[in-house]
Amino acid sequence: MKKVLVFLMTAIMACSLLLTGCGGEEKKAEPAKVLRVGTEPAFAPFEFPKEGSSELTGFDVELIQAIGKQLGYKVEISGMGFDALIPALNAGNIDAAIAGMTITDERKKAVTFSDPYYTSGLIVMVKKDNADVKSIDDLKGKRIAAQIGTTGEMKARSVEGATVTTFNTQDEAALELKNGGVDAVIGDLPVMEYYLAKGGDKFAMTVGEKMEAEQYGIAVKKDSKLAAELNKGMDELKKSGEFDKLYKKWFGEAKK
Amino acid sequence: MDLNFDLMARSFPLLLAGAGITVEITAMSVTLGLCIGCLVGIARLCSVKPLRYLANVYVDFIRGTPLLVQIFLVYFALPGLTGSRVDPYFAAISACSINSGAYIAEIFRAGIQSIDKGQMEAGRSLGMSWSQTMRYIIMPQAFKRIIPPLGNEFIAMLKDSSLVSVIGFEELTRRGQLIIARTYASFEIWMAVAIIYLIMTFAVARLVGVLERRYDTK
Repeated sequence: MKKVLVFLMTAIMACSLLLTGCGGEEKKAEPAKVLRVGTEPAFAPFEFPKEGSSELTGFDVELIQAIGKQLGYKVEISGMGFDALIPALNAGNIDAAIAGMTITDERKKAVTFSDPYYTSGLIVMVKKDNADVKSIDDLKGKRIAAQIGTTGEMKARSVEGATVTTFNTQDEAALELKNGGVDAVIGDLPVMEYYLAKGGDKFAMTVGEKMEAEQYGIAVKKDSKLAAELNKGMDELKKSGEFDKLYKKWFGEAKK
Repeated sequence: MDLNFDLMARSFPLLLAGAGITVEITAMSVTLGLCIGCLVGIARLCSVKPLRYLANVYVDFIRGTPLLVQIFLVYFALPGLTGSRVDPYFAAISACSINSGAYIAEIFRAGIQSIDKGQMEAGRSLGMSWSQTMRYIIMPQAFKRIIPPLGNEFIAMLKDSSLVSVIGFEELTRRGQLIIARTYASFEIWMAVAIIYLIMTFAVARLVGVLERRYDTK
């Protein structure tokens, strides 16, 4: 018993020493402002891990890094579930969220958005051999997969009589389509196109018109002044032409 | 921080329906796991070498890999191999019961081994066969001893079943996630989810306590 007590005490002391050690270091190494950014890292081409590494890349990632550099922030990006981003902002775990997030009235009640930086839209993806589904109107009573918490999920739920299954990432929704668990996936157009271009076109295709002109924005905590600051940084990038350069790099054409 | 108790109250019926599904998956998985575990547990002790070897491989593989990975394997990887789709309900139950079976096998093995060797010898010298002794002498005694760890396993599975939310299966945890994805009220909903889990595990713990007392010989 005594031995256990001694061991516990030593362990506690060692831990507290370690903790104070960490605190001291942090103070020294933190003259630069840190911008903690959250994203959902399985959303190519906006955010995804670099080949053979856990470091993230993509349009969103490079954009927020450029904005951070412009404003003198050290950008620290962490990955989490898409549905966890807004709660994380509200809880103060992150300062900003950039994750191909569409600016919607519903979300605006919970967070504040920067100016839009990308115009997107939703599209329906089905299996290549599916001749019945030509657009979203043909999905009534069918099974649809979508990523949890996305505008694609909302759209899927608005389809009459449809059974909606939600997955944590867009890839898993697409995999569900491939395995035959659902008849269609509803998701963001640029992400679906990227998925098809990267080999998804072997079994899938998109059908119908692009729906709901959607605008992506960077989310910050409700009424945070950070939004104005991010807008300023983005404007400067647009003026210097760096924004267009990034856009061209990831989407192959100048911003419309 | 202002809390939205109204939302908490409104979400409760939806969450409770999810809790029903959680209980269903858990009960099915542990029941199936009990069948698997009983057979594998005995197989690990039996003298037929290939059988013992197979049982060891099963327990080592399942205990050595996370349940989350097993669920992904059954649901996302298996269709790639067989070419046909796996029903999410089937995937959830099979992954959980195969997982549970490995742990229950160990519980059975430990329970059987805890019975004095003399009991088997006594049974055999009375002219009973190995399986008769196992069935009438060893198992009834072992069963009493494995009630507490079995209760433990049930509680663990009740909580671990939240992992099937990753395949879009709408049990309690997924229901909570879906409500938060719409309302962003993470504190209220996760609190409600935690309370429901707590009520369920508490009830199971009490039930196991009652069973333990009933089968107590002292």
